[in-house]
Amino acid sequence: MNINDIKSTGTKATRDGFGQGLLEAGRQNPNIVGLTADLMESLQMQHFHKEFPERFFQVGIAEANMIGIAAGLATAGKIPFTGTFANFSTGRVYDQIRQSVAYSHKNVKICASHAGVTLGEDGATHQILEDIGMMRMLPGMVVINPCDYHQTKAATLAIAEYHGPVYLRFGRPAWAMFTENLPFEIGKALLLASGTDVTIFATGHLVWTSIEAAQELAAQGISCEVINIHTIKPLDEAAILDSVSKTRAVVVAEEHQRNGGLGDAIANLLVHKLPVPMEYVGVNDSFGESGKPVELLDKYGLGKKDVVWAVKDVLDRKK
Amino acid sequence: MSDFSKLKELSIQVRRDIVRMVYNCQSGHPGGSLGCTEFFVALYGNVLKHKPKPFKMDGKGQDMFFLSNGHISPVWYSVLAHTGYFEPKELATFRKINSRLQGHPATHEGLPGIRIASGSLGQGMSAAIGAALAKRLDGDPRWVFVLTGDGELDEGQCWEAIMCAAHHKVDNLIVTVDWNGQQIDGPTEQVMSLGNLPAKWKAFGWDVLILEKGNDLDAVIAMLRKAKRRCGKGKPVVILMKTEMGYGIDFMQGTHKWHGKAPNQEQYESAMGQLGTTSIGDF
Ligand SMILES: Cc1ncc(C[n+]2csc(CCOP(=O)(O)OP(=O)(O)O)c2C)c(N)n1
Ligand SMILES: [Mg+2]
Repeated sequence: MNINDIKSTGTKATRDGFGQGLLEAGRQNPNIVGLTADLMESLQMQHFHKEFPERFFQVGIAEANMIGIAAGLATAGKIPFTGTFANFSTGRVYDQIRQSVAYSHKNVKICASHAGVTLGEDGATHQILEDIGMMRMLPGMVVINPCDYHQTKAATLAIAEYHGPVYLRFGRPAWAMFTENLPFEIGKALLLASGTDVTIFATGHLVWTSIEAAQELAAQGISCEVINIHTIKPLDEAAILDSVSKTRAVVVAEEHQRNGGLGDAIANLLVHKLPVPMEYVGVNDSFGESGKPVELLDKYGLGKKDVVWAVKDVLDRKK
Repeated sequence: MSDFSKLKELSIQVRRDIVRMVYNCQSGHPGGSLGCTEFFVALYGNVLKHKPKPFKMDGKGQDMFFLSNGHISPVWYSVLAHTGYFEPKELATFRKINSRLQGHPATHEGLPGIRIASGSLGQGMSAAIGAALAKRLDGDPRWVFVLTGDGELDEGQCWEAIMCAAHHKVDNLIVTVDWNGQQIDGPTEQVMSLGNLPAKWKAFGWDVLILEKGNDLDAVIAMLRKAKRRCGKGKPVVILMKTEMGYGIDFMQGTHKWHGKAPNQEQYESAMGQLGTTSIGDF
């Protein structure tokens, strides 16, 4: 597809896609159960709760207990979807996930909303920027960070079919939608636009930002290949190597610390297989703060201009 | 004017500040803040021995306060501003970019009065135990106060702290529970029943005080003073303080729906009308 043909069809929050996906998955499979730690509506789980009240468990503000209960439900054959903010889905319960879910290989779906700085005004205590790193370090964990409403819904349906532990990361704000008719497959990179000068690999909210940046760059005569890496683990190595062997320059964009995220995952691959110049668009080793989502993206180096600059930097290095 | 009538007036102003702060940035947590207004005014205005300037992180020789349910930052910020920690006009920056008044209390931007970040629930009592143990090691006779939510008590870490404080006889520690019976998804009885809360604290080895009228300034002052007198006897002290979420504004009162929601313009005007004005003035 040509970069200029990608258009937004409106805005909706990715967490809304999760809520709808969970409801549909629940209708398809009676083994699916939901759990929340006093954040049912923030996660949009009220739709599932309303239709399947007996399959939904409110555990109170007790995330560690929630993960443990989910592991037990999975042991007994259920498919639990836990719902709380990304911070309380990961850092708060890392050892519970590590031992009871990942190491024990339980079929638990850890569904995490309000990730990153776009959580906004609640501030740094809630804005986790380390979760992708923590979760992708766990052996056997599938890590997915969808980019819009439709992809989050599709991902929710897909992980219900997949057997094994999954971390599904999404966000709070209304965000541009553009993937309605595009396929979703766990572990399969999604080519959004072909290009020749540089490959931009993006995940989550920064996919749309990267598309806008690539459109601006196209007007300046720079051809970007834009690839959506929704599944950070397992990484679609073949698709990445294929693109990079053509463009020989890489920018990675994510709403996460530069440390430990998608950028590091791709760097790890390329340093072994195909070293080329590479730039990161991510948070540079700092905590976030309160503010409006777009202001924060700008302040923390996650805006459209940051992607544009990163592309220009990497092209300089490619020469 | 008596000290008491000044504090009464301050509680009106604090409520005005809470509503204005949350309205200004269209986010934040008015419900719990309004419900705990008397507690903060009583604590900082009458009970604590504290020195706002220069603010000392280690609090040596002073009483220390920790807010565990960090989402009710508006009430704390307002009271800190009116008791000399920073200028009230800074309240206008609440939750905005480049502000020291973060959505949840933080030390990162250096706001005077804050000693540790909170917002991720369940962690404040542990920090308060640490500070109280340090005072004991230093031979510092002052007290450590902490406020926690009742929904917050769902967190297992709270009960680890409750067990530990009794075990180590941390009797310079006064915990207050904002027993408003509400949390995000509904009343605590529906979300996660607290059961017989006084009996639970007693069984864990605490000296348990119950304050029926947590929105009566006089009663809150008397209870906090009493709690201090109960210290030093080998047991940590807890005040189970019954409050009403959203107290003071009819449409916010007594419901979880205003836990974390900002009023629109019409609601804002109605709220300000109900609260009335003070001689202190708005920020
Ligand atoms: C560890 C953690 N889990 C979840 C949340 C989200 N959260 C913020 S406030 C709140 C409810 C707190 O209830 P309570 O302590 O009773 O405070 P109140 O609603 O009465 O102000 C929840 C679930 C959080 N801040 N921290
Ligand atoms: Mg409560």
